[in-house]
Amino acid sequence: MKLVRFTKKGIYCIPGKFYLDPWYPVDYAVISHGHADHAKWGMQHYLCHHHTKPILQHRISADIQVESLAYNEKKKINGVTLSFHPAGHIIGSAQIRLEYKGFVVVFTGDYKTTPDGLTQPYEPVTCHEFITESTFGLPIYKWQTETVLKQSIEDWIASNKMQHKTSVFLGYSLGKSQRIMKLLEGIDAIYVHTAIHNINAAITSSGLKLPKTILLEPDFDKKEIEGKLVILPPALLGSRLLKRIPNAATAICSGWMQIRGNKRWKGVDAGFPVSDHADWNGLLDAVKASKAEKVYVTHGAQAIFAKYLNEIGIPAEEIITAYGEDQLETEGKKTETA
Amino acid sequence: MKDFVALINAVEITNKTNAKIQALVDYFSKASPKDKLWCIAIFTGKRPSRPVKSTLMKQWCMALINLPEWLFLESYSTVGDLGETLALLHPEPTHSIEKSLSQWMQDIIALKPKTEAEKKAYVLDAWSGLQTQERLIFNKLIGGSFRIGVSKKTLVNALEKLSGIDANQLMHSIIGNWDIDSITFEALINGTHINYDNSKPYPFCLAYALEKPLDELGAVNTWQIEYKWDGIRGQIVKRNGEIYIWSRGEELVTQQFPELVHAMQQFKNDFVIDGEILALKNNSVLLFNDLQKRLNRKNVSKKLLEEVPVGFYAYDILEYNGKDIRHKPLEERRLSLEALFKTTTALAHIKLSQCIQTDHWEALQAIRAASRAINSEGLMLKQKASPYHVGRKKGDWWKWKVDPLTIDAVMIYAQKGSGRRSSKYTDYTFAVKNGDALVTVAKAYSGLTDKEITEVSRFVTKNAIEKFGPVRTVKPELVFEIAFEGIALSNRHKSGVALRFPRIKRWRKDKTVEDIDTIASVKSLIKAQ
Repeated sequence: MKLVRFTKKGIYCIPGKFYLDPWYPVDYAVISHGHADHAKWGMQHYLCHHHTKPILQHRISADIQVESLAYNEKKKINGVTLSFHPAGHIIGSAQIRLEYKGFVVVFTGDYKTTPDGLTQPYEPVTCHEFITESTFGLPIYKWQTETVLKQSIEDWIASNKMQHKTSVFLGYSLGKSQRIMKLLEGIDAIYVHTAIHNINAAITSSGLKLPKTILLEPDFDKKEIEGKLVILPPALLGSRLLKRIPNAATAICSGWMQIRGNKRWKGVDAGFPVSDHADWNGLLDAVKASKAEKVYVTHGAQAIFAKYLNEIGIPAEEIITAYGEDQLETEGKKTETA
Repeated sequence: MKDFVALINAVEITNKTNAKIQALVDYFSKASPKDKLWCIAIFTGKRPSRPVKSTLMKQWCMALINLPEWLFLESYSTVGDLGETLALLHPEPTHSIEKSLSQWMQDIIALKPKTEAEKKAYVLDAWSGLQTQERLIFNKLIGGSFRIGVSKKTLVNALEKLSGIDANQLMHSIIGNWDIDSITFEALINGTHINYDNSKPYPFCLAYALEKPLDELGAVNTWQIEYKWDGIRGQIVKRNGEIYIWSRGEELVTQQFPELVHAMQQFKNDFVIDGEILALKNNSVLLFNDLQKRLNRKNVSKKLLEEVPVGFYAYDILEYNGKDIRHKPLEERRLSLEALFKTTTALAHIKLSQCIQTDHWEALQAIRAASRAINSEGLMLKQKASPYHVGRKKGDWWKWKVDPLTIDAVMIYAQKGSGRRSSKYTDYTFAVKNGDALVTVAKAYSGLTDKEITEVSRFVTKNAIEKFGPVRTVKPELVFEIAFEGIALSNRHKSGVALRFPRIKRWRKDKTVEDIDTIASVKSLIKAQ
């Protein structure tokens, strides 16, 4: 059964006549989550999870035509039954399940298999065909537990505080920033950049609760924030704003920080391997839990992960998509999502 | 070992020398005396020989986690460091081992004579008893280099901050002969095992690049004109029969150049001379690339001594028979230097830097232009009345370098770097046109900014033909200006030419593959140089 086709515009559901996370303007787009490489501008109609809706309206336009569903809620489109299932990547992120005449395809979008206390945890969905991301598809990527991560971040903050330094975290405004807020909750006052503040407002408009933060005003009082916690989008690394923060010690939170070379490359004071993606074992577990007879591997280490799956007896194929461009960047839009 | 792990983390994440020094000071203030000694030993390359081959460690790791070799290699090429790859691939620890740095080092020394099975049992147990970071350090302690940006100079600067003892004396102390089992930390840094009076160097006098027209320099006969050499600036100190060679970076490099030490022993007098360490074969200066083969080696093999012999071109004399003469005019010091050279004969490895005689500035243009032919990188102009300044002072000494040769070439292969550069494609191969085809002319891996490297890496990722392995063939699209020091015909290269010391001068975003040089235009440079 051929339920989806990989086209130049995106992943196309043939009987349903709609696209999943298309990267060119189409009539009907089903969106897995709000990151810019998955939720593009210019679609006639958007369908997403309830919590992604205000994010799309904030990031794309308030005027877009957008419809939303709850997790597990079913919607029939041209005979195809569509439903969203928690992907654990960021708030509102969903795996997209398609069922047509008993044949099931699941598209993961981006996902993380371990809970973070903020996003609804990932739930495996069985299917015939599984379309998975592979951002961290190498066995060197193994995430630390949330407790260990939290401890190393707390230690770093404590040592900064002793040296009267302000701890500045760099993280993409959608997803990583809220994750960092959660990790920092209760340690000290958290100041956030306007871009993050606005995303937070979009998220809480859905009725969700986020850790308490304070908006970092453009003319902030240096005395007030010295020694406190600040979260900025990664594009501000090296900016004048960052230079104005007194005694700033900078940290990047990203899965890429697992490797020493990447930490050194960025010229920051610390790197914490905080990722919103599945690690190697997470990817393998997800593939196995899906019980899929065929796996399509998208963005990341697609060639490597697909080759490995074939070697362990799971038929897999790599698919080139436009997702996850500039995987190694923190300054670019996407890396931020890593 | 937690403190040592914290030290490594701290020094490697920062590129600020002061932060590195502070981290070292923090470590030295807390560590036990024995650990301190081991830390110094590790950072100065005084370490036990590797007891376990890295290929064995790789095999044990692959077998342990049931990993195919190709996937191990993909992981390795992403990480760019074997010890780190092994540490990252290993599963979570099953128990916890707490040992000090010196205990680990004792273990590692004791491991050397053991059987392979015993070694394997030891290493696997250590791996499963350590956290990822500790496991990485453990792998590094077994063997492999600690390439983390702590030079000997940084180390002695930290020890100076800690103890108040002069950094150059500390350099002599840590480089000098000492044995970890028979010296205390205090004795080592106080230098009880050395005599610093014999090795003490002077600060180097440095020149600026020439920034005004020659005719504004005054009369040509008030200048001492010499060739500028691209080697290692060095200071040779000979006092009371002892010989020390200092590099410009204030590191003691005596042991690396035994032929210079031997040559110096032919002199009867005491002195301190300034000059250039060069690869010197059959009376010709070789390129810096050749000299590089001789650098930072613990032992210099006989074969290497024959292959790349080293010589010293003496520029200046700072101390003669125990007397500091740096305040005297260069003209006088030159006479002393010449007098010194007359005290002995047959000095194959030591030469006086030649003074170029001319009556007119104009004549120098041609001499400078021709300097590349003898592997010199231009000329030095020194005011004859000048004292030997401390550091860099504008006006008395000028360097007047020859411009490099350049071509425009297109990138056709890219490879990931190692260490800090492991996440990016940093090593490129370039080609020029040969009719309708392209022919490789050079490999280069430096000269771009981090931002440009990031941009090129993105292009490579998008346009690569191979999916596996370290090398990527890319669409010939990105054009770069390649600078080099010389060019010669070569049968060993497919293109028929060999470039000397090629490097990326700049990225020519304004040019396309249509605009690059042809092999014919490249060859025409041979006649032109």
